[in-house]
Amino acid sequence: MNASVDVVVNGEPRAVAPGTLLELLAALGLDPRTVVVEHNRRIVRRPALGEVTVAAGDTIELVHFVGGG
Amino acid sequence: MTTAVETARDTPFTIGGRTFQSRLMVGTGKYRDNETMVRAIEASGAEIVTVAVRRVNLDRTKEEGVLHHLDPKRFFLLANTAGCYSADDAVRYARLGREAGFNDFVKLEVIGDQETLLPDVAGLLEAAKTLVQDGFKVLAYSNEDLITALRLENAGCAAVMPLASPIGSGLGLLNPFSVRTIKRRLSVPVVVDAGVGTASDACVTMEQGVDGILMNTAIAAAQDPVAMAHAMRLAVDAGRAAFLAGRMPRREVAVPSSPVKGMLD
Repeated sequence: MNASVDVVVNGEPRAVAPGTLLELLAALGLDPRTVVVEHNRRIVRRPALGEVTVAAGDTIELVHFVGGG
Repeated sequence: MTTAVETARDTPFTIGGRTFQSRLMVGTGKYRDNETMVRAIEASGAEIVTVAVRRVNLDRTKEEGVLHHLDPKRFFLLANTAGCYSADDAVRYARLGREAGFNDFVKLEVIGDQETLLPDVAGLLEAAKTLVQDGFKVLAYSNEDLITALRLENAGCAAVMPLASPIGSGLGLLNPFSVRTIKRRLSVPVVVDAGVGTASDACVTMEQGVDGILMNTAIAAAQDPVAMAHAMRLAVDAGRAAFLAGRMPRREVAVPSSPVKGMLD
């Protein structure tokens, strides 16, 4: 078992399992079709989520649409 | 709800190459529940519906985004950059919204002041230029200033959205002269955004000849949002029809409506 990776997700420090962004979404119980992922300030499109590996110190934002005017 | 007479005389309402039937756009914020929101939007007849981009709540992963309740095939989802206080933030949110959404339209807000939520004109112009270059159809939320509106049009915005009064204030159309002037001088659509409080406000706003209205709080914060959405639909149609009909001149003196001849001695 690899050590966990310290990252910041939506402003909160988290220790996550090593892996890709797609695996991170799965671990968080999120459907990749309903979330937009920003990885170190760069948007990662859905098809590429499985190709980007999460590294220590990464900043990840997971956003979606909510009610607004 | 629009009568045949009105639609026959009207021109299509086209923004950024897309044509819409309804001149009323509505927001999705501040509703007490999602069911009321959906029923109100249906009652409004709106096709363009605004949404905001926010973090997913990681502690409640069952929490549903607004897309769970609104069919993106049925409504044209317009992402906003509400809550952004700099051009850089607004551009970032716009790009996230484009990724989350289904089109390259954005309702651009760059706010300059927390109390009034009035636009930061310099930031707005900077963000508009960046986003237009990036291929966005920018609908720019602006103050009701002609020079700002002209600069936004010149920057390539698809529409300019002057405010009626501050966001969520419900004060109605405070400066009809400025909004009329903006409409007269711009070639791109002018959609009044923010400040409408009740149906008469919407009607008076449309009577200025603007192309449409975007509102949220006036419907969501009404005691009966679904009934108010219906009222707003009628008011927007009535105001538009009155504008097209052309109002009578204002006079400072009375003119009798009944004949002055034929009175008894």
